[in-house]
Amino acid sequence: MVDDESRPVVEATGVAKRFGPTVALADGNLTVLPGETHALVGRNGAGKSTLVGVLTGLLKPDAGEVRFAGRPAPPLGDRVAWRQHVACVYQKPSVVGELSVAENLFLDRQPRGRFGLLSWSRLRRAATDLLEAWSVPVDPATPAKELTVEQRQLVEIAGALSHGARFVILDEPTAQLEARAIARLFDRLADLQRQGVTFLFISHHLPEIYEICQRVTVFRDARHIVTAPVAELDHAKLVEAMIGDARGLVQVGHDRPPVPDEAEPVLTLDAVGVPGFTGPVDLTVGRGEIVGVAGSAASGKRELAEAVVGLRPRTGQVRVAGSTVKPASVPAALRAGIGYLPADRNADGFVPGLSVAENATMTVADRLGPAGMVLPKRRDARGRKAIADLDVHTAGPHQPVGELSGGNAQKVVMARALARDPRVLVLVHPTVGVDVRSKESLLGVVDAETRGGRGALLVSDELEDLRVCDRVVVMVAGRVAAEHRRGWDEAELVAEIEGIGEKHV
Amino acid sequence: MSETLAVGGPEAPPRPPTPTGRPINRLRLARLRDLALVPPIIALLIYGYTLKPDVFLTKSYLVDTVLKYQTELALVVLAEALVLIVGKFDLSLESIVGIAPAVAVFLVVGQTSMLGAPWPTWTVLPVALVFGALIGVFNGLLVVRFKLSAFIVTLAMLIALRGLQLAIVGGATISNLANRIPTIDNLGSLRILTVPLSIWIVVLAFAVGVVVLGYTRFGRSLYAVGGNPDAARAAGIRVERVIWVTFVVAGALAALAGLMLSARLGSVAANQGSGMIFTVFAAAVIGGISLDGGKGSLVGALTGVVLLGLIQNVLTLAQVKPDQIQAVNGLVILVALVLARMTSGKAQD
Ligand SMILES: Nc1ncnc2c1ncn2[C@@H]1O[C@H](COP(=O)(O)OP(=O)(O)OP(=O)(O)O)[C@@H](O)[C@H]1O
Ligand SMILES: [Mg+2]
Repeated sequence: MVDDESRPVVEATGVAKRFGPTVALADGNLTVLPGETHALVGRNGAGKSTLVGVLTGLLKPDAGEVRFAGRPAPPLGDRVAWRQHVACVYQKPSVVGELSVAENLFLDRQPRGRFGLLSWSRLRRAATDLLEAWSVPVDPATPAKELTVEQRQLVEIAGALSHGARFVILDEPTAQLEARAIARLFDRLADLQRQGVTFLFISHHLPEIYEICQRVTVFRDARHIVTAPVAELDHAKLVEAMIGDARGLVQVGHDRPPVPDEAEPVLTLDAVGVPGFTGPVDLTVGRGEIVGVAGSAASGKRELAEAVVGLRPRTGQVRVAGSTVKPASVPAALRAGIGYLPADRNADGFVPGLSVAENATMTVADRLGPAGMVLPKRRDARGRKAIADLDVHTAGPHQPVGELSGGNAQKVVMARALARDPRVLVLVHPTVGVDVRSKESLLGVVDAETRGGRGALLVSDELEDLRVCDRVVVMVAGRVAAEHRRGWDEAELVAEIEGIGEKHV
Repeated sequence: MSETLAVGGPEAPPRPPTPTGRPINRLRLARLRDLALVPPIIALLIYGYTLKPDVFLTKSYLVDTVLKYQTELALVVLAEALVLIVGKFDLSLESIVGIAPAVAVFLVVGQTSMLGAPWPTWTVLPVALVFGALIGVFNGLLVVRFKLSAFIVTLAMLIALRGLQLAIVGGATISNLANRIPTIDNLGSLRILTVPLSIWIVVLAFAVGVVVLGYTRFGRSLYAVGGNPDAARAAGIRVERVIWVTFVVAGALAALAGLMLSARLGSVAANQGSGMIFTVFAAAVIGGISLDGGKGSLVGALTGVVLLGLIQNVLTLAQVKPDQIQAVNGLVILVALVLARMTSGKAQD
């Protein structure tokens, strides 16, 4: 027992895993000490989630060893034993859509009542309590498929943390959360850490690493690069370890030419309202302009974007380059020249079984050959171009997107949004789950594309994304509360997003 | 999970955040979906009554002319529903309906000395059940261990078992079973409280099924595995085992259905069960079981069976010519599907 105090909670040595020709992990080493919050960082496709799969017993490593508290990991089939060692919030959504939120929270551990049968009332109560503790405002009877991305993420976190496991892995838990929910999550993690729970935390938001982690491990190209206390690895050094050169990062968009006031509008929102979410909103995006839309999850910014691309019914008028777009019709929006990057890439971003090239060219299948035929050569060429432009880490244009790492799948969805040569891009949380360097290239693409005369509406609460924008509007409770030109003050913007110190316009 | 595109149709439903505190509504909707087929069933009953007002709505008519002929179908639908809910297919069930009683009966009364036959007559029931279960084990092995497509595996199994049955029964029919095998006699003619035993068996099987699916962790894991196997695995469910057990249970249920069919007819024909799987799928799907897995209820499936049974009966009463009845039946199934889709679709919103 005394030994357990000093023994690593989990120790992985020389873990290797290949998927066919792809080496997902060549040399994964990780040692997590009791009571610490350990960060695991690396670029998209570095092998982080693969290691998580191995550590939770879902993937069988080709080589290497995993030990929990000094003892070898249980056999793969023994799910119950694994669950006693480790709980996990996976990067890919792992809820069963048809089942209720309550059942998802307590899957395979539903409370039992009389005769050993499940007690639905106790399940309901337990779920209600759990959801309340996490301030997730959903009815536990809701089918999980009806949750928003944020809600789903919170449900998964709440479920994983309620197992009472002493070691919890969180694979990009914050990617889909807004600032307030992240703060609440971190409070909860600190609480649990005080009670002796150990965490492995994965994120592409480096400030978060410094905020809550004590030690950090960096993976690059499927290998372990370094493990060090966060205090010894400042931001620049951390980025260098992740990307492998000392070039550092550049601030995209700092040299954007100012957009003239009289720029002809490519996207006009005329009193556009989304019933139940926003009041009438007026907004224009000019030629060559990137307009950022910031706001909390409840601000209706995402719903507004979804209404613009025809996914939701709306009131008011949307015009693309002067011509009116039919409401509530995605094909009409596409035809009018809107390119769309959805927030929930796993639900409506890509077809997992189709290749990178097929996904990237899905919206332009009619332009890949004569008479409606798709010429594989042309498709692959386009696929390769997308891979290069967006820096997608993949085995090639023929790899199914379902096999890509989370961040790389996101880049393929971006490629699809750009494929149709849209007049205006509507991007919702474009850099979610994308590594620091790829963020740069992704935003770089938006920057370059808009310089050529397109417009972009960029819905995000990432300050880094918003910094690229020529103009940022802040939405609070379904209406535009403030508007800034480039060069806004960070603290002021954050306060406005939170709804504090809101300016009255 | 979902294979829809971002650019789905205009009907792609937005996901509204659900306001809290409407549990009663939800419950009611869920129930409604189960009972979506009740209005058409009532309509058929009324129509049947207008066709034959003197007998149609009497208990003896409904029990002995309508329901009794649906009992085997109902059990196979139950079996198929379980397999569909866990996200797989089992086409071989209809061949189990034939082969399991054929093998069991053959060992008891066949002209053979294989395996020490003739076996005592009481072995008919256990042998049939075990045989059906073994086929489930084999299906499960190929699907779970060798990761083959359930559709193809069970299709091949269907063909193979049909051939085996032809070899055993020899193109003829093993008949006059009721006199020779007491178990079969009982299955075919015993009544409890004036209701045939086979109906009691179906009621009991569905009751057990409803309790297991609704109130046990194993039953719920069927939905989880069918809905999202990765999530189920992550939650600690032994996905492979759940699937396997389901195949085995389905095989045994189909075998029992086969025995009941033999008992009702007093014989095992060379083509017993042949073609049944289409009606099985129709009833299950009309009853709200999704072919995609993870969705549907047994109560719904049962209403699907009752609906199809009534349709058949009413068609006969309406004096549709026997050579047309199949075409009409197919048409009616299509209409029923559309209606079921529409009613349940409305209930969902
Ligand atoms: N099931 C699979 N089949 C084939 N290749 C896979 C599979 N899962 C992962 N890979 C590949 O393994 C590599 C590592 O993926 P992994 O998901 O571990 O990356 P990651 O570090 O988690 O990235 P991200 O930050 O984007 O989530 C990627 O190149 C990916 O394409
Ligand atoms: Mg990952």
